[in-house]
Amino acid sequence: MSLLTTPSQTVGPYLKIGFTALAVDAIAPAGAAGEHLTIEGRVVDGDGKPVNDAVLEIWQADAGGKYVHAEDANASRSGKFRGFGRILTDAAGAFRFTTVKPGAVPGLNGTMQAPHLVVTVFMRGLLKHLLTRIYFPDDPGNAGDPVLLLVPADRRATLVAKRSPAKATLQWNLVLQGENETVFFDF
Amino acid sequence: MSDVVGYRRPYFNTQPSYLYPGYRSTIKRAPTRPLVLLPHTLSETTGPVFGVDDVGPADHDLTAGHPGQPLGERIVVSGRLLDENARPVPGALIEMWQANAAGRYAHAIDDHDAPLDPNFTGCGRVLTDADGNYRFLTIKPGAYPWRNHYNAWRPAHIHFSLFGVGLVQRLVTQMYFPGDPLLAYDPMYNSVPDDMARRRLIADFDWERTIPDIALAYRFDIVLRGRDETPMATKRS
Repeated sequence: MSLLTTPSQTVGPYLKIGFTALAVDAIAPAGAAGEHLTIEGRVVDGDGKPVNDAVLEIWQADAGGKYVHAEDANASRSGKFRGFGRILTDAAGAFRFTTVKPGAVPGLNGTMQAPHLVVTVFMRGLLKHLLTRIYFPDDPGNAGDPVLLLVPADRRATLVAKRSPAKATLQWNLVLQGENETVFFDF
Repeated sequence: MSDVVGYRRPYFNTQPSYLYPGYRSTIKRAPTRPLVLLPHTLSETTGPVFGVDDVGPADHDLTAGHPGQPLGERIVVSGRLLDENARPVPGALIEMWQANAAGRYAHAIDDHDAPLDPNFTGCGRVLTDADGNYRFLTIKPGAYPWRNHYNAWRPAHIHFSLFGVGLVQRLVTQMYFPGDPLLAYDPMYNSVPDDMARRRLIADFDWERTIPDIALAYRFDIVLRGRDETPMATKRS
């Protein structure tokens, strides 16, 4: 038997009704091992206007580079860290969440991937969701990351958060269209 | 470590494109630069795992939890969650949300001139059982106007959000009702190019699951992406 995947449809403008109950902006519990971080930024559309009705879903490994999932053969289940976040943008299109920096995780063909967060994006006007990644500034693994190397060199910076010198936070903006358009993946 | 087995890419024309100008909001929100083809790694074949702690015992019943009964036609919406290989997806989280019977959402920005229902919030959650089955009890949502174009109306629909086993199975969609004349005029529904794929968004009237004297029923089976089989000696042309 071979079925075909149900078509995607937009979340529409009223997604908060369905998505608020499982919203999570603190991905790692206070006691979780690793470097605790705050990541913040804005979502803007093709006119540079803030997107106040977007949802970002984050998926990440723990600080040891393990996914809390049966298919990660190396994973140990502490039960406290799930690795999932769901953040709704505010009226100014801004988002903010806390987590721990994940460890490096296996890539294909024996490679390792630099620490990264997978970001799934939903909003009105997206008939299907977008997929992108956040990498960490100054990580030595970025230069050899097999996924970053698939991205045209002049666009890689859109996937790397910036350290904000004034604040102890990382900044990363999601730009839907235009000169600094974020790289999105065909997954 | 051995390489992961990825998921099949969507079949030609069975998913909407990001840019579909008939749905105006896509114009300033669809990517304009080429997407980068991503091979599936452990980051994509794993995904969040949900459990009984994430879902309340009455979260499947949208008619409960308020002082009185919501207005409208009570319906059972049930079905199976499968993957493309026709295997059930057990223990999966399904979220759903919808307008009330008058076509109004319990949301601050919905200013449609139709009454709110104090006995209806319009969101539910369930986990699929061991065979991938799910079931909600709710009321039939109403159609409502929107500002996409002159005299634009959304056909009655229920939003569904699904988590599979792997992150690339994540799906958000909408369920429509059979025989709705508004479907022909709806840009969202018509954004799916393939006619057969599009029609899979329409639930079937489900006589066998009606509850006598209480509720009518609709069946909506949902299919998530399927995994490539482990590479074997397959014939190549």
